[in-house]
Formats: sequence, C-alpha cells, structure tokens
Amino acid sequence: MLEIKNLHATVDGKEILKGINLTINPGEVHAIMGPNGSGKSTLSYVLSGRDGYEVTEGSVTFQGKDLLAMEAEERAAEGVFLAFQYPVEIPGVSNTTFLKTALNAVRKHKGLPELDAMQFLKLIRAKAKALNMNDDMIKRAVNVGFSGGEKKRNDILQMAMLEPSFAILDETDSGLDIDALKLVADGVNSLRSPERSMLVITHYQRLLSYIVPDHVHVLAYGRIVRSGGKELALELEAKGYAEFGSPEAA
Amino acid sequence: MAAIATLKDLYETLSPGLPGAGAAGLDRLRADGYARFLADGIPTPKVEGWKYTNLRDLAGVSLAPAQPAANTDIDLPSVAPGETHRLVFVDGRFNAALSAVGTLPQGVTLDSLRGLIEASPAYAAEVLDRFPAPKSDTGLRVGPNPGRGQALGLVGLNGAFLAEGAVLTVGEGVKLAQPVEFVFIATATDGAWHPRLLIDVAAGGEVTVAEHHVARGGGATFANIVSGVRVGEGAILRHAKFQEEAETALHLASVTATVAASATYETFVLTTGGRLARTDVQVRLEGSGAQTRVSGTYGVDGSRHADFTSLIDHVAANCTSREVVKGVIDGRGRAVFQGKIIVRPDAQKTDGHQLNRALLLSDTAEIDAKPELEIYADDVKCSHGATAGELDEEALFYLRARGIPADTARALLIAAFLDEVAEEIGDERLRGHAMARIQERIGRLTGITVDTDATVLGE
Repeated sequence: MLEIKNLHATVDGKEILKGINLTINPGEVHAIMGPNGSGKSTLSYVLSGRDGYEVTEGSVTFQGKDLLAMEAEERAAEGVFLAFQYPVEIPGVSNTTFLKTALNAVRKHKGLPELDAMQFLKLIRAKAKALNMNDDMIKRAVNVGFSGGEKKRNDILQMAMLEPSFAILDETDSGLDIDALKLVADGVNSLRSPERSMLVITHYQRLLSYIVPDHVHVLAYGRIVRSGGKELALELEAKGYAEFGSPEAA
Repeated sequence: MAAIATLKDLYETLSPGLPGAGAAGLDRLRADGYARFLADGIPTPKVEGWKYTNLRDLAGVSLAPAQPAANTDIDLPSVAPGETHRLVFVDGRFNAALSAVGTLPQGVTLDSLRGLIEASPAYAAEVLDRFPAPKSDTGLRVGPNPGRGQALGLVGLNGAFLAEGAVLTVGEGVKLAQPVEFVFIATATDGAWHPRLLIDVAAGGEVTVAEHHVARGGGATFANIVSGVRVGEGAILRHAKFQEEAETALHLASVTATVAASATYETFVLTTGGRLARTDVQVRLEGSGAQTRVSGTYGVDGSRHADFTSLIDHVAANCTSREVVKGVIDGRGRAVFQGKIIVRPDAQKTDGHQLNRALLLSDTAEIDAKPELEIYADDVKCSHGATAGELDEEALFYLRARGIPADTARALLIAAFLDEVAEEIGDERLRGHAMARIQERIGRLTGITVDTDATVLGE
C-alpha cells in the first residue's frame, strides 16, 4: 500500500524529517506517537502534498506510484486522505457544495460517472446519519460555527464520502472530550476494512484505546526510533517519551 | 475626450434636432447642462473624487450618437423573464418594438423620456426639474474647507444632450408586483449616449427596479448615465444595476437619491463590464427613520478599471445605512472604492456601517480604497472597515486535499467571497439574477463553472 524510504524533508530550510522508513500493508492501522516537535504533523503534510514542505531525500510509493510526484488533489483522487488536526473553516462554501465538488472530482479521476444532485444527497444523508450529523450541519458553510468535535466529525464524514484507501489521522483526538472522541473513533472504526490502511498520529495513548492499531511507532526528532505492537502505546503512556533522548542524541 | 471645439460643433448640430427643441423648459435644461460642462469640464485627478480614476481614455472616444448595428435578434437580459414591465434602449435610443410595458396598476406611469418630451415638452421639463440634482462630492462637504474642484462636467454633458431615458412614477400607496426593467443594449462599434433615468416612488409605494447595461456585439461605446431617485415617506425602492458591457466600453454613471422618513432605498451595483466603469451613488437620508442599503460587487481583469464611489448623507435623525462592497481583481486590473458617510449635526441616533473588501488574485492587481466618516452629531453608531487580501492558502489546501483541483478550488473560494454581497440584496429576483451573473463572471475569470448550493441541492 504505502512504502516510505529514507524520507528527509525540510520546512523553511530546517530539516524536520531525518530519514523515515515505514511500510504499511493493506488493511493495517499504524500509529505514530511522539513528543511535540518530533515531526508528526510534518509527516502528515508531506504525505498529503502541502506546499512549503520540501523533500530533500528518499521516496514514498503509494500503490506502486510515486506519491511525491503528485499534486495534493491528485493524491486525494488516488485515495490518500488527511484528517486535519485543525479542520479549516471556509465561509461561503457549504458542506454540500464542497463535498459534491470533491466527490465528483475524485470519481472523475477514477473513471466513474459523476453523481447528480439526487444521488449525492441520498448518499450524504446516509453517511451523515451514521455520524449523528443532521441536515443543518451538512448544509452549513464548511466548519463555520462548528464545535471542535463537530469539525472532526465533519472530517470523518468527508472520509466516509470519499472512501480513501489510505487515511492519515493527524491528532484527531486533540480538543475532543471523551464523548466526542468516542463518536469520532466509532466513525473511523466503521471505515476500517481489509482494503483500507490508516496512519494514526497522536501524542497520547488515549485515542489508541478506541482506534486500536496493529503497529505502533515512536517518532522522535525526525526518525522512527522504536516500533512495536499496540502494547507499546501503553508503555509510552506509563513511561513518557523521556527515554528517547534529546535532539542532540538523535 | 474629443476637443471641446468638436463638442461645441456637435452640440450646435444636434441640439435643434433633439425632441422638444425650442420649448423653453428643455432648452433651458440643455443650455444649463452645456454651460455646466464648459465650466467644470471632464473631471481630472486633481478633483478629490476623481483622484484614482483617470478619464484620459475619453480622449479617443467618439461623442457622436451611436449608430446601432443592423437589428439582429437581440436576447434581452431579465431578472424575471416575461414578468416585468420593461423599457429597452438600443445604443441609447428608446426602442418601442423591444419594450414591453404591459399593464400597469392604477397610479403608476412608465415612459421613455423621449416619448414624454414628444407628448409634452413642458410637462417633461417639469418632471425633470422635480428630481434632486447631483452635487459634486466636494460641494456636499459640511466642514470648513469646501474644497476647490467641481466634478459635474459629466452630469452637464448628460444635460446638454438630454433626450433619452426613462421616467417611472409610483403613486401613493401603490405596490408594484412585477419589477420594472430598464434595458440598455450596446450594439454599435462606438458612439455615446446620455440617458436620464428618473424614479419617483410616492409615500407608501413599493417597487423593484432592475437596470441592465449589456453588450450584444457592442464595442468601444460610452454610456454617460444620470439617475434621479425619490423615495417618499414609508416607500420602498429596491434597485439593482447590472453593468456588463463590452470590455472596451466606457461607463460612467451617477445616481442621486433622496429618501424620506421611514422610507427604504436599497441599491446594488454589479460591475463586470467595460474597460472603465464608475458608478457614483449619492443617497440623502432626509426624514427620520429613513434607511438605505448600498451594496456592490465588481470583477476586473486585464487592465480594466472599476470604480464604486458613494456618499451617504445622514441629514435626519434615526436613520440607518449599511454599505457592503466586495470585488475581485486579477491581472493588472484596478478597482477603486470611495465611500463617504456624512452625519449632519441633527442626525442623532444614526446607525451607519460600511464594509469594503477586495480580493487580489495577482501581484499586479490594485485596489485603492478610501473610506471616510464625517460625523457632526454626538449620539451615533458608525463603523467602517476596508480589507484587501489574497485567497486563503489554508482553505485552498483543505479543498485540494479532498481532491478538488486547484483552479476549481480557487473558483469556489472566489464565489464564496462574492456570494456574501448578493446576500445583501433583499429582493429575491434581483438576488437570483445577481448570483447567476456573478457565477457567469467567475466562470469567465477562472475558466471553471462551480456548482452553487442551488444546483447541488437541486432546489
């Protein structure tokens, strides 16, 4: 599914990722944990194609294709999805317009026929209902006036609509209370499938009690310094990140 | 501008042939206009209100009356096709065949100015005299420095050739169900017209007016429009102007409106056509509780120029004004926003708000914004804001990260930016037409047609 080899990336000339290696197979859920400033969000932006992140070395292959050669929208159309740590508010663009435009762009890329208004509305209403989102929420401007939990649910709704084969969840738990977290996690879990892989990025173990990963990696100072099973998350919760040293050590 | 000598020839040649020539009232109005033009001339950047809009391009413009192209099938723009009372002007000249006044309710008159003059020059002159005269921006200043330059040369020019236009009067308490439309079609390759548009809504009356200025093959034409508006006590006038002429056209317009107690004047101006287009709106809130909503949007690219200038004059107490102007500038396009709010000493409890936002899509796009508040009363609520910025990069990435191509994402964000202006329009027929025209313009600007909520929801 996804193969990251020796990935180095800089932001404003400063090297943040210093040689990441990671292979994710179909259906697997990997978690990346790490202290603040370890490069977690940089990794998610580099994979999703945000401007301003320069890859200086290494490669990322996604379903046999060179991911880094693609524009952000092409990656999305190929099946990469980023659930944002801070979903963006877009006044004046309704959720429905946004999602219909996105869904039809992705369908067109895949050679599928575009959905008309009726088909689209039927689909989005069904998906929204599963996430406990009402009609008002899907008609409102994208994320405008949404609570933190509603924004995250809106991102998961987008994921449910676009049906990516690889989803990156960037600090999805940040700013959520326990009820909102459970709702979002249920939404994510319902999207787990043997064909869909996920990369869950988080600082805390808490999220991983709800979205249980197959593999856990520790990212510190731009490198993966340790990998293990789901029990590694619990160990980190107990011991903290101190043992992974300082930037100098890395 | 053609040399003054040429204009003198033109004036002397054309005057005797204008309708009502020889009738005292009209001769006086035209002579006054001509004298005003000679005195003030074409405004230059030295005049305060014309600092950012230079009319040097007028030098190459033909002031002769435009010659319509052979009358082909002309499709007419409309805010409610088949359900309006309309007067149509082709290259400035009233066209009875294309017009459709229909059945007007008792107490409403709708005439072409030419028709009115031909029927009775004396009555026409009386009607013309009834409307507020535009005043130069500097002339309205209340403070101690009235300023030097005058800027009424264009209004004078309009008066000198007074013949075409429209007169709408709505009697006391009459509410018109169907909108009235003034449709100006440019078909000529060049030439000028100087229409006068007059709207008088008596106490308690209500009417919606749409004004279209479109090209059907038209070229470097010059429209010089002067409008007079009176909104009587408790009356409501909803007015929208859609300026969509050819990219080589010149369009200069001034609107002077007086609003009586408890009356409402809403005016919206769309500017997407012309190499240079300016609309100058002056609204006087004369009676307690009068309200005005002034809104506008523009889209300029290439090296085109759009100017929205307004003056809202709070004369009486307890009046409300709200102004929202937003536009998009691309290429080497340039836009001007000048918005002045005057609150006179007696205008206590004034509520005046003004917002101007420009979206710059290129490094060479330019906006000159000049908001001004002149407040002489002490118990007022007034605010103004002006911003200029680029598209939000974060929003752009969010859209692209969902598979939306970059150019579509840009078009969506531009549409979202401008939609907020259309929401200022109270009348849904005017609003719907405005939204459709904005979408069409964005389509031409970006090459992308974006879905609207209406098409997405199938509503």
